[in-house]
Amino acid sequence: MTILTDPPKESFRLSMLIYDTRYRSLTFQAITAAVLALCIWYLGNNLIQNLRAAGLNIAFDFLGDPSGYDINQRLVEYDSQSTHARAALVGLLNTVLVAFLACVTATVFGVIAGVLRLSNNWLVSKLMAAYVEIFRNIPVLIWIIIIFTIMTAVLPGPRAFRGDDPASSMLFGSFAFTNRGIYTPMPWFESGFFASASLNWLVVLAGLVVSWIVSRRITAWATAKQEATGVRPKTMLPVLAVWLVPFLVLMLVMGLTWEIPALKGFNFQGGIKIGGPLIALWFALSIYTGAFIAENVRAGIQAISKGQTEAAAALGLRPRRVMNLVVLPQALRVIIPPLISQYLNITKNSSLAIAVGYADITATLGGITLNQTGRAIESVLLLMLFYLTASLLISFGMNLYNASVKLKER
Amino acid sequence: MSDQTSTSVAFVAKDTIPPSPPPGRETGIVKWLRENLFSNIPNSILTIVSLYVIFIVLKNTMPWIVNGVWTTSSLSQCREVLNGETGACFSVLTERWNQLLYGFKYPVDQYWRPNLALLLMIVAAAPVLFFDLPRKLLLFTAVYPFLAYWLIWGGSVYVPLIALLGFVAATVVFQTFGKGSFAIGFFGAIVAAFVVWMVGGALIPETASENALLSPVPSRDLGGFMLNLMLGATCVSLSLPIGIVLALGRQSDMPLIKWVCVIFIEFVRGVPLITLLFVASVMLSYFFPPESSVDLFLRVVIMITMFASAYIAEVIRGGLAALPKGQYEAADSIGLAYPQAMRLIILPQALKISIPGIVNVAVGLFKDTTLVSVISMFDLVGMIRGPILASTEWNGVYWELLGFAALLFFIVCYGISQYSQWLERRLATDHR
Amino acid sequence: MSDLNYDRQIDRSKMQIGSEVAIEISEMNKWYGTFHVLRDINLTVNSGERIVICGPSGSGKSTLIRCINRLEEHQAGRIVVDGTELTNDLKNIDKIRSEVGMCFQHFNLFPHLTILENCTLAPIWVRKTPKKEAIETAMHYLEKVKIPDQANKYPGQLSGGQQQRVAIARSLCMKPRIMLFDEPTSALDPEMIKEVLDTMIELAEEGMTMICVTHEMGFARQVANRVIFMDEGQIVEQNEPEEFFNNPKSERTKLFLSQILGH
Repeated sequence: MTILTDPPKESFRLSMLIYDTRYRSLTFQAITAAVLALCIWYLGNNLIQNLRAAGLNIAFDFLGDPSGYDINQRLVEYDSQSTHARAALVGLLNTVLVAFLACVTATVFGVIAGVLRLSNNWLVSKLMAAYVEIFRNIPVLIWIIIIFTIMTAVLPGPRAFRGDDPASSMLFGSFAFTNRGIYTPMPWFESGFFASASLNWLVVLAGLVVSWIVSRRITAWATAKQEATGVRPKTMLPVLAVWLVPFLVLMLVMGLTWEIPALKGFNFQGGIKIGGPLIALWFALSIYTGAFIAENVRAGIQAISKGQTEAAAALGLRPRRVMNLVVLPQALRVIIPPLISQYLNITKNSSLAIAVGYADITATLGGITLNQTGRAIESVLLLMLFYLTASLLISFGMNLYNASVKLKER
Repeated sequence: MSDQTSTSVAFVAKDTIPPSPPPGRETGIVKWLRENLFSNIPNSILTIVSLYVIFIVLKNTMPWIVNGVWTTSSLSQCREVLNGETGACFSVLTERWNQLLYGFKYPVDQYWRPNLALLLMIVAAAPVLFFDLPRKLLLFTAVYPFLAYWLIWGGSVYVPLIALLGFVAATVVFQTFGKGSFAIGFFGAIVAAFVVWMVGGALIPETASENALLSPVPSRDLGGFMLNLMLGATCVSLSLPIGIVLALGRQSDMPLIKWVCVIFIEFVRGVPLITLLFVASVMLSYFFPPESSVDLFLRVVIMITMFASAYIAEVIRGGLAALPKGQYEAADSIGLAYPQAMRLIILPQALKISIPGIVNVAVGLFKDTTLVSVISMFDLVGMIRGPILASTEWNGVYWELLGFAALLFFIVCYGISQYSQWLERRLATDHR
Repeated sequence: MSDLNYDRQIDRSKMQIGSEVAIEISEMNKWYGTFHVLRDINLTVNSGERIVICGPSGSGKSTLIRCINRLEEHQAGRIVVDGTELTNDLKNIDKIRSEVGMCFQHFNLFPHLTILENCTLAPIWVRKTPKKEAIETAMHYLEKVKIPDQANKYPGQLSGGQQQRVAIARSLCMKPRIMLFDEPTSALDPEMIKEVLDTMIELAEEGMTMICVTHEMGFARQVANRVIFMDEGQIVEQNEPEEFFNNPKSERTKLFLSQILGH
């Protein structure tokens, strides 16, 4: 009854390149590769001809030349005799600084606004909705310029603080808001263990790490006790003590003192100076991105169905436990991925520093260095490389988080 | 219990109970205030704090706005009129509105051209944004880009006409041959378009642009809010088809195509727009043929389109992933080929799901067009920071100008996002 | 799972098994990675046959019928459908797909198209039928599955049973020689199962070649001329329905039948 004949002979015909599923994809990929190669060849050829015509070449040795410009806001040693590479490093650290600061404050703003927007207080939730809509729908560049203008045009100059009856006075006698920036007291150690201030701060950091480990231990002990006996011992006071006591003792032993900025001549001396551009960028990025984070937080909390809360409450869990054990673990799973991409946006938007003259990597490498040396291709390539690396690192972190969440689901 | 129920379980209601109003304190404005503003102590504190914030904001802005001066010709005159009182100097807007909207070089007697283009854009966008409108209107949408180009740049009418003819030829060829084989139709369409462009390009008379109906306006004379709108609209509409291709490519099971798309998308999404604008302003011209000179507007459009298409590709990829696998299988099982399955089954559904996301990208992109001021193009922000604030009359008028810019952007962006929310609500109930 | 008995008499006049071979599968094997899902499948289906495939979940029954129209690719052995061998040649695949109709467990109607558009899509784009003719055919089959009045609604507005009947009509519009059913009633509410099964019975009465993966043993008993039991990727037993249900040979079949009909 069979109709099976011998299998058809496997001879290769040209039409198989298109109609045979095994070769079809190879054919298409070969065509793509050819078109791609043609494009690259065309663009590369144009580049070579243009460079030759302009008498240029691609080389990175300009990075070793002295930069010849000054940077006010800097985290590492730098002067106008330093190299362009050094200037780029200063810019890179400044980018990292403002991105980090803005991420922290944007999260704070966003979480507060997001939670308050769900408040059952009508006025508050409407106010937060207005905040979110106003800030989301106006370009961040305009916000940066507005806040920078407040810094420079509204705040008084240092001379307003002078005289017997000054026009402006320092907040609590120690913070000065001027159009050149904000001056705050600087903590330092009178009798530190080391001569170098940074080593002393490392000691403080180490102390905090130890406190953290011990407090984790206490929590673990409480959990173990709860599992064994069913009763969870109260841990709030011990944990508080573990955090506070060593810290206070350390501060006392090392002799913490505050250096308060004071008006000397035409400007403030001492303390920490946070420049106007940094403040403008930091604050604008945080309040702008905060509006987006607020929406993410709201969506995350709303994604947890009311049924979850009710089920937990019906089991007899207290509201705080409902939040900690049921709602938050689920909401965080929804909130954290978009939160991380907001951090990515902050990092990328920090490149707008160039509009207010904050010396981030775009302003140093892509701005002054590029204009002074004329090395457009090299500078822009390095700049992109930096941002790509930063983005890849952040997305790598996000993937790790997503993978860990996914494992928990199974 | 049990003996009691055994005696009288049966119960029949003798009459219906009429509805009655709730107790007095549970109605009206008192109830609303109690529930929404003063339900407990923390809530009451929040309410009072909010009221205080609103009061402070109004106290500081209202006199400024109400006392505003609209009719002077410089800041110093404003100050004279105000005579020490707080008040805005809105005169800068009445004096310089044309620069803010059109840039400082666009010929004043030609303002009707961009105005008409904007008006027609609303007509062209309507059938895309609202599905209920007759589909025939899409024909105008297809013609609109060429019309708008001619209106804004002016010059010879032949250039946009021949460009349009090329696309018409391509469509005709694709309609004729595309039903038989997608590949023949597709490549035939490309060839047809090029043939029309080549022949047409040769046919345009040399003198066409000299005695043109509309006087030509060079790209560098475009500016103000018009430039933001043009960049936003052009780049979003160009990036849509590219984004679709990239999204499909990223889903492909052919490794080379997939990786080309992945690398492009991730590269563009990994760098800030400003670096891409730097590329447009200082680097891109190295990649064009030596004798050609591509103007800055076009270079910026190329880079912003690249930028937007990567983001749109990701949105559409989300839409594709949201479709159940069964849709792909059903399309396969009834024998549709890949291009047919995509065009008839997959993309219509995936695009519909992606519309809110695409609108978000569009709003973000429109806001980002302000960044062109950094590479010294005079868009709205560029006009404010450059010519206007630098002029002797208006040096120091920050708030009025920045507030105006913020307001313009807010109106457009808020409008678009409200549309997106309306659409989301509508899609949620649509046919599903 | 239910042992439905049909009150109506099945008209067996046209249910004749032809002598020509509709599907021939020989020595077919398939792996998912290293997992061997289909093992040495040999199956010949003559035209007009009504075959029910049953077996525990994960036994490879769905995979088997999805191989017949190349939704899944087999790695060894041969499949010949209607004289056309299923190879890597796209032309053959297209030909087979337009000859073989398929119904899915979750209907897989296209939600953005109306019922009528769902039915005319493939005839217009694959068979190149003129639109008017395609609509006539579609209305004919929609009448046959008893929902012509829903033609301009969208799938989401129909009940599950109606959707599955539309899915059957959609396949029929391509005038297929063979119909594959992949658990067509598993996603339906009990009261809707019967309307779908009735449609399938009518199809059988007209002499359609059918392969059904289903758990409806009543349907198998009354309509099928052959029942195939699969387990762990293998065809364990096949027989006429009477023999299969009353006198199963293999231990695995007995166990399966006792679980499915037991209570």
